[in-house]
Amino acid sequence: MSQTITIRRTDEGVAIITLDAPDSKVNTINTQLGDEMAAALQQLEGDTSCSGVVVISGKPDSFIVGADIDQLARVQSAAEGQRMSELGHQMLDRLESLKIPVVAAIHGTCLGGGLELALACHSRICTDHKSTTMGLPEIQLGLIPGAGGTQRLPRLVGVQTALDMILTARNKRPRQALKAHLVDEVVPRAALEQAAVARVSKLARQRKQDSQRNVLQKELEELRRLADSKELTELLLGGNPLGRMFVFKKAGEMVQSKTGGHYPAPFAALRAMEIGLSRGLKKGLQAEAEEFGKLVVSDVSRRLVEIYYATQSLKKDTGVTDPKIKSQKVARMGVLGGGLMGSGIAFVYANKGVEVRIKERDLDRAASAVGAVWDIVKPRVKRKQLTRNEAERIMARVSGTADLSGFGRADLVIEAVFEDLQLKQRLLQEVESATREQCVFASNTSSLPITQIAQVSGRPEMVLGMHFFSPVHKMPLLEVIVTERTSDQATATAVGCGKLVGKQVIVVRDGVGFYTSRILSPYMNEAAHVLAEGAAVEELDRALTGFGFPVGPIKLMDEVGIDVGAKVAKIMYEAYGERMHPVESLAAVIEDGRMGRKNKRGFYVYDSDKRKKMVDETVYDLLPGGHRRKPINVDQVQKRVALQMVNEAMHCLGEGILRNPRDGDIGAIFGLGFPPFLGGPFRFTDVRGAQVVLDDMKRLRDTLGPRFEPAPALVDAAKDNRKFRD
Amino acid sequence: MGTPSRLGRRVAIVSGLRTPFCKAGTEYARLSSLDLAKAAVVELMNRSEVDPAEVEALVYGNVVPSVAAPNVAREIVLSTNLPRHIHGTTVMRACASSTEATTNAANAIAVGNIDVAITGGVDCLSDVPILFSRSFSDALVKGSQAKKLPDRLKAFASIRPKDLVPVPPSISERATQRTMGQHAEMMAKEHAIGRKEQDELALQSHLRAAAAVERGYIGSELAPVFLPDRGTAVSRDNHIRPDSTYEALARLRPVFDKKYGTVTAGNACPVTDGASALLLMAEEKAKALGLTPMGFIRDYAYSAVDPHWQLLIGPTFAIGRVLERTGMKLDDIDLVDLHEAFAAQVLSNVKAMASKTFAEEHLGRSTAVGEIDWAGDRFNVMGGSIAYGHPFAATAGRQMIMVLNELKRRGKQFGLIAQCAAGAMGAAMILERE
Repeated sequence: MSQTITIRRTDEGVAIITLDAPDSKVNTINTQLGDEMAAALQQLEGDTSCSGVVVISGKPDSFIVGADIDQLARVQSAAEGQRMSELGHQMLDRLESLKIPVVAAIHGTCLGGGLELALACHSRICTDHKSTTMGLPEIQLGLIPGAGGTQRLPRLVGVQTALDMILTARNKRPRQALKAHLVDEVVPRAALEQAAVARVSKLARQRKQDSQRNVLQKELEELRRLADSKELTELLLGGNPLGRMFVFKKAGEMVQSKTGGHYPAPFAALRAMEIGLSRGLKKGLQAEAEEFGKLVVSDVSRRLVEIYYATQSLKKDTGVTDPKIKSQKVARMGVLGGGLMGSGIAFVYANKGVEVRIKERDLDRAASAVGAVWDIVKPRVKRKQLTRNEAERIMARVSGTADLSGFGRADLVIEAVFEDLQLKQRLLQEVESATREQCVFASNTSSLPITQIAQVSGRPEMVLGMHFFSPVHKMPLLEVIVTERTSDQATATAVGCGKLVGKQVIVVRDGVGFYTSRILSPYMNEAAHVLAEGAAVEELDRALTGFGFPVGPIKLMDEVGIDVGAKVAKIMYEAYGERMHPVESLAAVIEDGRMGRKNKRGFYVYDSDKRKKMVDETVYDLLPGGHRRKPINVDQVQKRVALQMVNEAMHCLGEGILRNPRDGDIGAIFGLGFPPFLGGPFRFTDVRGAQVVLDDMKRLRDTLGPRFEPAPALVDAAKDNRKFRD
Repeated sequence: MGTPSRLGRRVAIVSGLRTPFCKAGTEYARLSSLDLAKAAVVELMNRSEVDPAEVEALVYGNVVPSVAAPNVAREIVLSTNLPRHIHGTTVMRACASSTEATTNAANAIAVGNIDVAITGGVDCLSDVPILFSRSFSDALVKGSQAKKLPDRLKAFASIRPKDLVPVPPSISERATQRTMGQHAEMMAKEHAIGRKEQDELALQSHLRAAAAVERGYIGSELAPVFLPDRGTAVSRDNHIRPDSTYEALARLRPVFDKKYGTVTAGNACPVTDGASALLLMAEEKAKALGLTPMGFIRDYAYSAVDPHWQLLIGPTFAIGRVLERTGMKLDDIDLVDLHEAFAAQVLSNVKAMASKTFAEEHLGRSTAVGEIDWAGDRFNVMGGSIAYGHPFAATAGRQMIMVLNELKRRGKQFGLIAQCAAGAMGAAMILERE
């Protein structure tokens, strides 16, 4: 089977186009599909015996998952990208112009170009299956829908829904899709083809009647249809030029504030949509193709596509080099400590079918941990993301205990207790006496070296770190930390365990701060330097959000806890010496009892919602320079603070903490919010040129001191004119 | 005494747990039978070394079924992480329902039909079905069958306001139209059981239960019930009164026969919510899995008499029968746990068992069933249902667990549990440790 498309004719004379790409688990939009589709269309265009067309997928759980990203990545110029989009337009235009009804029968994932194909059909139906989801995720790759999506979607579902789907890449599940009029019918999976054929016949009948009925009556019917209140709002806002202007203006403001103006694609999508709605489909498609061409070769899109590839290659990475070693199944898990972390971990695993037993000091604490899991589950039932039965089964997988009963069958135990070495060591020993030999013991510490915790272990080969980020069910990264003695088997199991709950998993070698906490430390420290030199808090934070970080470093300090930050800074200083020497003048802030958000006293004001983003001016009483803050050189500050993180990442690579630069980029982006459009510390250096970064570091070192001494790995890369990533 | 079981393959009780028992409308006020059953069964398997995939059947007792989950046994499987292959049967033998569930599964194990089963029982009187009157429900059914609106309305035309008053579940014996308490009064009179004795037994029940809690014997038998909405857990029985006094009990007014009665709220068991769960296995299977069972089921017997005669005398008949079958005497039994529905019923049965005349007249045997001192060191040694409460279908499970654990502590061999049940039935089971 080398063909993707096969055409079959039903007794009713309906052509069933089945998409089933050979040698692939899923269907993607690529040139082969394009060519075959063109041939199929030619056949249908000339066939008068055919009464209609159904487009359906032969894959078990996908329709079309989107465009072939490899083909996009090979595009060399904006003109080539634009041509690619135009070819798509032409083909879908032919599909839409067929004289007979065309129905898309959607089961499973239907994304990007797949949905655009469906949008060009005359009607869409989908299954009510869990795997069925529809959306336009192009924005996540720094692109816009390039096969008519920016034009046909708003025409079908209205401007507001279309904006939401295109700008946020939010998918629609079957019921939502029906409500949004994205699909016309939701049917059980077994009835999909039958229902599609029935709809073709219905559409054919309607067309016949329509052509016989007078125009006035048709208009009336259309008006009645629009009397549906939602459509009326859409008509008022989207259909009239003033309302539309308002909607697009609002959307533009939202995009600007959400992206900080770093991402061109949302603006491009807005432009194409607006042109299409004000000047017609043809002009709109033309604008879409132009924007698509420009974006596909843009730096931002290139970086985002590279990140996509990195995450794809991480998915295949078992965390160990020996291909024979596979992750052991984790069916039962023990969690020590039921705080925010422990209950978060319990939720994500129970949600994926793992039985989780939370051990706390007493049953009351265990009960509040179970309650915390319920607090995550309950709103999902309300939002209909989980059925009641799914929710009760999740909860039945979570149990609490005040002793180690029920740990005997655990496959993996994660400790998430207070950061206290003795406590962790004692628990490790207790757990080892209550569990099987092959049970993995993972510490969720963010700062204590795993090697130290494992010192008391009777089976150190089973001990490693699993550093989750809070809140666990939202943060995408897991840092697995291995010691010299950790076995490959334990590592592979921990990595598999992270992937089970959809995390990007990087494996790093043990060392103070591992990777993420370690590179964050000099970054935060440098921000503290800038603050101590007299910068205003909000200006400093704005400089770094302007660079592309999701929050500024001082705000982050408030979130993490100023006391915790100071504690970590001290540990880092002890381990890595002068370059991480903490800024002493910050001590006064801590002495003042300011711990950040958790005690509502920090650099920012927390007492009322309205003033949430306001700096607490009284903090300046405690800082050098007092209330008279000095203006900053934004460029210089961005460079100083961000390069500290980049340089420390180079140290981690040189010392073998990181296995490779890819992990370093993924860790910084998904764990610390390093700007994705810059591609991570290593990609950033590659793009800029190692020599340029090195020169920057040297200049900073000469003016600000030895803490800017370039890492050896950076020096070497510059010397050899070598890139970290290919 | 170590003769092999009459049943076939020997059946082991590998482990057992129960939820705390709480008075209806208290801690579990917002829960259902299914919630409590899950808490007991899931924790039983959580603490067990046995892979749940080994379990083949779940047989569960339930007296007051919930409308939403009438086959609670199967719903337990479907609403938890238990493997879906475990089939579920819900059984009902009134207050002996967890005995019924356990013997039902034990029979299947004994004949080799299955190897491993979960049994037990649950009742949540905080969540009882309230019915509409018959005439109103008839109208509802008719209305739902009617095709046109006028017909639908006609169906309800005959409804009168009194038909709209909901019908609570019956607490009286259907055949006799008398409540259980009235029957207990009748038993007290028949067997000449005085108020004083009844109050003394109630006091003993509370004080012995309190002492068992104090010694830490009870806590390890309990599966905590988590209340995620409140972020709390229920981890102890809430009806045991360590500060009970005879004087306080003696002051209570009789409930069922206000003039001449002796049965009070203090010397009867309260309406209670709770669940119990046991893991049953063929002895050979337990051996193969390297498990040390809590004990084994030696034999059991059920009985039934005319409810108009002595509604709560069932235990005497069932105990007589199971002793006969095993060739044992009551003196051979190291621990007896006789379900305390009412002190009057317990004392009546103790008296009847000791009576040669009763045996000759009603049991067709020439000797008495046996004598046992209700205040002695073999009888309800950790208190009984008057103190713990009585979630109908969960009680026998509690008795099995408590008796087997206490036999172990004492290093003894034989235990006997018995219950009276609505419909004038009785149940008795002999347990052994090795």
